[in-house]
Amino acid sequence: MSALRYVYALCRPFSAPLQHPLTGVGGAPARQVEHHGLVAVVSQVPEEDFAEEPLKAHLEDLDWLTATARAHQKVIDALSGVTTPLPLRLATVFRDDSGVRVMIEERKDDLRRALDRVEGRVEWGVKVYIDDRETDTAESDSPAGKATSGRDYLRQRRTRTMAHEEMWEKVEEFARRLHGTLSSHAEESRLHAPQNSVLSRASGRNVLNAAYLVARSSSEEFVELVGRTGDDTPGIRVELTGPWAAYSFTGLMEGET
Amino acid sequence: MTMPTRLPSPYEGPSSSANLADILERVLDKGVVIAGDIRIDLLDIELLTIKLRLIIASVDKAKEMGIDWWEDDPALSSRARRQELARENAELRARLERMEAISGEEELERAREGRERS
Repeated sequence: MSALRYVYALCRPFSAPLQHPLTGVGGAPARQVEHHGLVAVVSQVPEEDFAEEPLKAHLEDLDWLTATARAHQKVIDALSGVTTPLPLRLATVFRDDSGVRVMIEERKDDLRRALDRVEGRVEWGVKVYIDDRETDTAESDSPAGKATSGRDYLRQRRTRTMAHEEMWEKVEEFARRLHGTLSSHAEESRLHAPQNSVLSRASGRNVLNAAYLVARSSSEEFVELVGRTGDDTPGIRVELTGPWAAYSFTGLMEGET
Repeated sequence: MTMPTRLPSPYEGPSSSANLADILERVLDKGVVIAGDIRIDLLDIELLTIKLRLIIASVDKAKEMGIDWWEDDPALSSRARRQELARENAELRARLERMEAISGEEELERAREGRERS
């Protein structure tokens, strides 16, 4: 079986040494393919896993997908330590180095523009959750207790619904304000679809799922800002992740310029 | 309030601590889309991503909890897709049989009526 080339990211040539020997998907060493002043970071992957058919099958295998996604992200992370990489989507695969060079040749202007846009910047993820358990607990603690008649039951149900709606309005208002504040301290922002928490009820319902592009030099400030804006209201939780490579701001997604 | 204990400098990536949903969301759904030599149907991936948005906890934890819905989901599992096809086939076959039976009865009925009239 011959080997294919898996491309993780594109970046400008960099001189700083990587901290550890970089390994990618399947533990294969990652190396650089330089062309037209751009560097593609690639590693070899077996055709038996990454040719069209096996790849399609693998993409439906969550264990495989998890391992591959983590390996991909590990390479991006390591690169972020020494340069500003433009991360590619999972499983961008070419036949050989010359295929990679042809791609660079064809897309070099787009790639350079996108690299300029993210240079020296990182992405921070901020999510706001409403903790359903909190509101449920508050309800069951209410002095109303058990309904003793049908009318009581209806009245209690109405009170519960109203409490719930109030909570939602409060959280939405909080999320809107937070997003406004954070956006004004970031160069760009993106709203992503909220993550659905079917599998972990404990972590509550995701109300806001946003990404912010922030200069590396202002990141400490940004992190502190998120900390300060965090609400003490029971039932609201703010979660910060990052720094990520600028995945959400590559500007080369479909529907963008 | 959940805050990371580390600050962004010196650079330390999120991959060791980030949850799987966050990683998959970015690696599968964001990032530069470049058509490689190996063409995979992006639509397939979009579908997958929508399904994956449902995943917050680790896969192991989900399995521990007995949640394995994706194994029966035709959009996520080829085995489930095959089962879906088999089920549809069986359903269509049954419907066809029912229709044949009905039209057969109608023919008999007409034949009988014809005999009675003659």
